[in-house]
Amino acid sequence: MEFMIQLEKLTKRFPGQMAVDEVSMDIPEGEIVVFVGPSGCGKTTTLKMINRLIEPTSGSIFIDGEDVTHMNPDKLRRRIGYVIQQIGLFPHQTIATNIATVPRALKWDKDRIAARVDELLELVGMDPDVYRDRYPKELSGGQNQRIGVARALAADPAVMLMDEPFGAVDPITRERLQSEFLRLQDEVQKTICFVTHDVDEAIKMGDRIAIFGDDHKIQQFDRPETILSNPENEFVEDFLGSGAALKRLHLRRVRDVDLTSWPAASLDEGRDSLRRKLEEAEGYSFLLLVDDRGRPSRWVSSRDLDRSGEDMSDRGLPAAALVEPQGTLHDALDEMITSNVGCAIVVDKQGVYQGVVDIDTVMTAVNTLREELRGRLAVGSWHAVPSEAVEEARS
Amino acid sequence: MQDVVDFLARRWPQLLELAVEHLLLVLTAVVFATLIGVTIGVLVYRSPPLSSLATSVTSTILTIPSLALFALMVVWVGLGDRSAIIALTAYALLPIVRNTVTGLQEVDPAVSESARGMGLSARSRLLRIDLPLAWPVILTGVRVATMLIVSIAAIAAYIGAGGLGNWIFDGLARRGSVVALPLIISGTLGVVLVAFLLDAFFILVNKLTVPKGLQH
Repeated sequence: MEFMIQLEKLTKRFPGQMAVDEVSMDIPEGEIVVFVGPSGCGKTTTLKMINRLIEPTSGSIFIDGEDVTHMNPDKLRRRIGYVIQQIGLFPHQTIATNIATVPRALKWDKDRIAARVDELLELVGMDPDVYRDRYPKELSGGQNQRIGVARALAADPAVMLMDEPFGAVDPITRERLQSEFLRLQDEVQKTICFVTHDVDEAIKMGDRIAIFGDDHKIQQFDRPETILSNPENEFVEDFLGSGAALKRLHLRRVRDVDLTSWPAASLDEGRDSLRRKLEEAEGYSFLLLVDDRGRPSRWVSSRDLDRSGEDMSDRGLPAAALVEPQGTLHDALDEMITSNVGCAIVVDKQGVYQGVVDIDTVMTAVNTLREELRGRLAVGSWHAVPSEAVEEARS
Repeated sequence: MQDVVDFLARRWPQLLELAVEHLLLVLTAVVFATLIGVTIGVLVYRSPPLSSLATSVTSTILTIPSLALFALMVVWVGLGDRSAIIALTAYALLPIVRNTVTGLQEVDPAVSESARGMGLSARSRLLRIDLPLAWPVILTGVRVATMLIVSIAAIAAYIGAGGLGNWIFDGLARRGSVVALPLIISGTLGVVLVAFLLDAFFILVNKLTVPKGLQH
């Protein structure tokens, strides 16, 4: 396996205070590694030592095999994308100028920069013609966060550091930004270090998770499913908190399960045809209506169809509770609970209806996860596994 | 009052001439004070002790009575515009230094961190990020400094510099004569007029130089 980032006994001691104590870690290329832990555990300090915003007291940092512990920090930082919670866009510069920061520092020519800016705006789902010349204050928090990510990606760095990047936005926007970012990561395949204090976010985002403890050392560094099913020590167990079964839903993406196809029809299909379709769909009391671009619009019942008139656009209930394929089953369950008809509607990037996730799908997935875990524990070294984990896996 | 109107009707070309002199005196001092004050501000703003030292020194200058400072300048530099400009520059420093320090200190730490984290050099951070962001505050300081020295500049006539102070001192010297009051009133009105013009000028400078993303 290729390691993109390697930390060797990295230590930071502030006057009279230990911050990071001999942290060693090998981070494989193309993975998201989440640093998580209570405040003051050293996760942010470790992150900031990688681009040397904080100089290590001792230890070494290697990026792509090269020792960067003593190289010129400005040059190093131009090779590493950096996203922070407060975003830190430059308010006096346009969106395009903000995104162009590192390419300009690297002295790219004008045409190349302009082309790259447009490409990045497209990548984060913002129309270049609309947003290129705007200023940060004219954008919403979520949009600014997307620009922050685009700016970090500008010079196509192999490594990205993200310090609680979605910590300052509201929960709904956060969930959307997380899913969008995962989709983006599928395309760009960066090696990413991601700091958060939120266990759920860590499980959702991380290919691997490093849990930092109060002793400023790493308690466990492994894949999320292993950490959930096999916590190394009491600290990790406490930190993960209760509800491990529920948290495991973060590990399954919507695209990995079989979607239920709910009976659907077009908004302008005509009342008689709709009524016939609903009658044919046995066991379903609602029909899902999609608009002319295939996007979910309304849920209608037979009573809604009994009302005269052909316009369906404000009948029944609005079709909310949408998830995208890269969302997790946890997201889907969350949506489902708030949904009008007890299921989450899956839509693709363009918002086109793909199918639904209902409670049966989630239960099936939970069972499969449990089976998988049981299988792994059975072949794994039995006695090394804490008895509770086995109990839980068996139940 | 009729005296003043008649006086102005006769002598307005001369008033205009003095007003231009006055304006140039003030603007020259302000340009120097801005260059010096911003430099001082940039050098000290990261260190709280140095910042308060710079502010106390420049505010001490302001406590020196203007007549006394002009007198000292005559002793050191001699009579004329040069002395006046040096003294006016010294008076203009406080608001500019103080606002430069405040403006730079108030730059959002997140903005500074992201600039550093993306590998901008110290020089381009100062020139491209910190100073442009502090500029509206600095400009306010420059404007306050200008208003401050517009009136002090009138006294510079006493040491042989040009400007509207000349009419005021003339009037003072000829007290008892019919032209004394018109001279003093016209000179004063001229100073007020120059102040208005300069204020309007700064509104324009603000519009032209404050980045669009920072304007309200």
